[in-house]
Amino acid sequence: MQPIPIIGAYLSAANAPGGVMLPEFYNQLGAMHGTIMVFMGVVPLAVGGFGNFVMPLQIGAPDMAFPRINMASYWAYFVGGVVMLASFFLPGGAANSGWTSYVPLAVTATVGQTWWLLGMVLLITSSLLGSLNFIVTIFQLRAPGLTFMRLPIFVWLQLVTAYLLLLAFPPLEAAAVLQLMDRVAGTSFFLPSGLVVSGQILGNSGGGNPLLWQHLFWFLAHPEVYVLILPAMGIVAEVLANNIRKPLWGYKPVVYSAIFLGFMSFVVWAHHMFLTGMGTTMSAFFQTTTMIISIPSVVILTSLFLSLWGASIRFTTPMLFALAFLPMFGIGGLTGLPLGLAPTDIHLHDTYYVIGHFHYVVAPGTLFALFAGIYYWFPKATGRYMNELLGKIHFWGSFVCINIVFFPMFIQGLAGMNRRLYDGGIQYAHAQTAAKWNMPMGHAAFALWAFQLFFIFNFFWSIKKGRRSPSNAWDATTLEWAAAPSPPPHGNFPEPPVVYREAYEYSVPGHPRDFTPQNEPETKRDK
Amino acid sequence: MTEHGSHDVGIYYKVFGALLVFTVITVAVNRVHLAIPLAVTVALIIAVTKGSLVASFFMHLISESNQIYRVLVLTAIFFFFLMFLPLLGLFSTPAGTEHRSPLTPATHATAEGHH
Amino acid sequence: MDIPYTVTARPDTGLYNGKLGIWLFLASEVMLFGALFSSYLLLRVGAEVWPRGETILNIPMAFLNTVILISSSVTMVLAWASLKMNQFQKARWCLIGTFLLASGFLVVKFFEYSEKFAHGLAPKTNTFLAIYFTLTGLHGLHVVGGMVVMAFLFGPGAKMWRVAPERYTNRVEITGLYWHFVDLVWIFLFPVLYLL
Repeated sequence: MQPIPIIGAYLSAANAPGGVMLPEFYNQLGAMHGTIMVFMGVVPLAVGGFGNFVMPLQIGAPDMAFPRINMASYWAYFVGGVVMLASFFLPGGAANSGWTSYVPLAVTATVGQTWWLLGMVLLITSSLLGSLNFIVTIFQLRAPGLTFMRLPIFVWLQLVTAYLLLLAFPPLEAAAVLQLMDRVAGTSFFLPSGLVVSGQILGNSGGGNPLLWQHLFWFLAHPEVYVLILPAMGIVAEVLANNIRKPLWGYKPVVYSAIFLGFMSFVVWAHHMFLTGMGTTMSAFFQTTTMIISIPSVVILTSLFLSLWGASIRFTTPMLFALAFLPMFGIGGLTGLPLGLAPTDIHLHDTYYVIGHFHYVVAPGTLFALFAGIYYWFPKATGRYMNELLGKIHFWGSFVCINIVFFPMFIQGLAGMNRRLYDGGIQYAHAQTAAKWNMPMGHAAFALWAFQLFFIFNFFWSIKKGRRSPSNAWDATTLEWAAAPSPPPHGNFPEPPVVYREAYEYSVPGHPRDFTPQNEPETKRDK
Repeated sequence: MTEHGSHDVGIYYKVFGALLVFTVITVAVNRVHLAIPLAVTVALIIAVTKGSLVASFFMHLISESNQIYRVLVLTAIFFFFLMFLPLLGLFSTPAGTEHRSPLTPATHATAEGHH
Repeated sequence: MDIPYTVTARPDTGLYNGKLGIWLFLASEVMLFGALFSSYLLLRVGAEVWPRGETILNIPMAFLNTVILISSSVTMVLAWASLKMNQFQKARWCLIGTFLLASGFLVVKFFEYSEKFAHGLAPKTNTFLAIYFTLTGLHGLHVVGGMVVMAFLFGPGAKMWRVAPERYTNRVEITGLYWHFVDLVWIFLFPVLYLL
């Protein structure tokens, strides 16, 4: 096996002798990559970051409803994050049982798993406090005149997301407590009787059910997928509406689809468990719900696509990212269908196909939407634009590279290459031909990293030196642009805004400008 | 502050009495040693009644805003899914397999003997 | 900068912020305990043998604890009602009473736990005791949490009554909602663990 180029030389001999990773270390990286990106990366950024900054501005609120709970939520997240990251320095390293922490493997794993559970309890508490704050803020602090059907899509999707966090996370908290009991107090919630580990019968009381963990975990983790994607769709809807200069096509279908999507996401979880010895009744039920839940996603995506029809599109950097989101999320979503049907899932389960599917949803999907959001709301937060040229280099570089990284995973997965093998399963005959893709994927990953440098430089440079922007930097209709200065002061608005119209009144015939802000009073022309 | 000048607290004592009575009943029923399915049914009916009394009167759900009802209905639905869908997995298995009791009682006894 | 509707209700929802907040929190608590009850159900139905709780656990003690918790719910709701009737001293004593009843609950629980441990019955003995200790332990933590808030309300937090009586009343109401929920969980724990 070849050592990892460049980076391999800097890894410690204990983890990667001669630059070749040991399986134990690879497992830690795999488990922690998933945990960090999902629970400490995307959710805090999409909900805690964008939600916290943009949502109160868009509804005309001076702040979140409970500022101190907001703070508590942040610190719970911070401590949880520190616990997670510190676990790398424990004997045996960080958690290494996959981000799903399946039992019994996780119960018998090294001490890093205990820290993982403690970290998860803190992160879950953080999400919980944050989500109830979001719901209360949206219900209670909307500006006068801002009825629900006048809310920007982003706020709607944050509301649905908050409900998912509120009601889906506690079962994982319960599951984490049970697994903690199994690891610390010696109970057997997840351990069957007579479990044999390394040739020895484990001295546990037995009688537990390993599938119980999977049920509780996926009860959270499937809604979690929608927690990752809904705020991203919201950002894309905002950026799109602003840059097509016409009302979004199908506001109401999008809203109702999102609500339906949120509801259905609670009854699809066992499609992750088709290989656990599931009978036809149960698998038929979950296949059906899974097919049903794909419909609202398609409605939302179609509405966004159709909005482009006949528009005079401004190809700004945020718009490029938002546009790229549409086909990328489309690929991610459509490749999910074979995974939701038991016959195909049995072949594809735990192969790179799954990795490719999920990463198309969250990497060129959610992450691109988050980039769109950063470029779009940067002038609101700082009063300056980000550099367009650097932004476009960042976009095109990322767009090309990210597809080279993830698309071959579908080919590898269809060939049967398994995930979670430190050597990529090269000892198996079926991986011999598919493994050759690893090389271009690896190079593209390095290049992808290099293109992010453009973004990082652009971000910090623009804070100080970027072109100054007016308070309504993009000629937008929503309140955060129309009524608040950039950056917004403490209390957000100089005077509380009043709303008179719907969220996306762009290019309304007879109006002097091609946008009519939500807080512009009705005139005779409107009648 | 005096919007409810004379707050009716009588109802709270009545509910208190009812809760005590139901607690005594549920313990008394237990002493009769009903068969498990019947015992579960009776105990749960009593518990749900007691719970409803607490929620309706102490938590004032009986005259709460619609907003709260909507939240609770949603929670109740998901609670139902969470309670019973995993259970379905225990009974819906491919022909010839079973999730229950992976070991025969005999081997189970030897496994027990190890600790 | 003032955040709207911290004290008075918003007309279209009929709620002040804190009340909606606590109900949402309780909704998530329902899901937390729901997951544990679901685990209980799955483990029990899947088990070869499952002891009836009464053969292991002490019913008279649990009966006493049920009565204690129900009484504490009554004192809690009386505290709120007294504030509504502008009787601050009575409310304060009701809060102290609730606090004392909650401590009584924990004392009984302590004796119950030590009796179990004295007989060598621990969470790892079998799955029934594992779920018993987990559920009652988590419930006990909720009791402790409620006691901390009550101690704040009749202690240092009581100053608020003089400057912002309505806000103080709201705080007591919210604490009460939480406390009744803790009572409600026990109402289900008692038959599920001890009687069935």
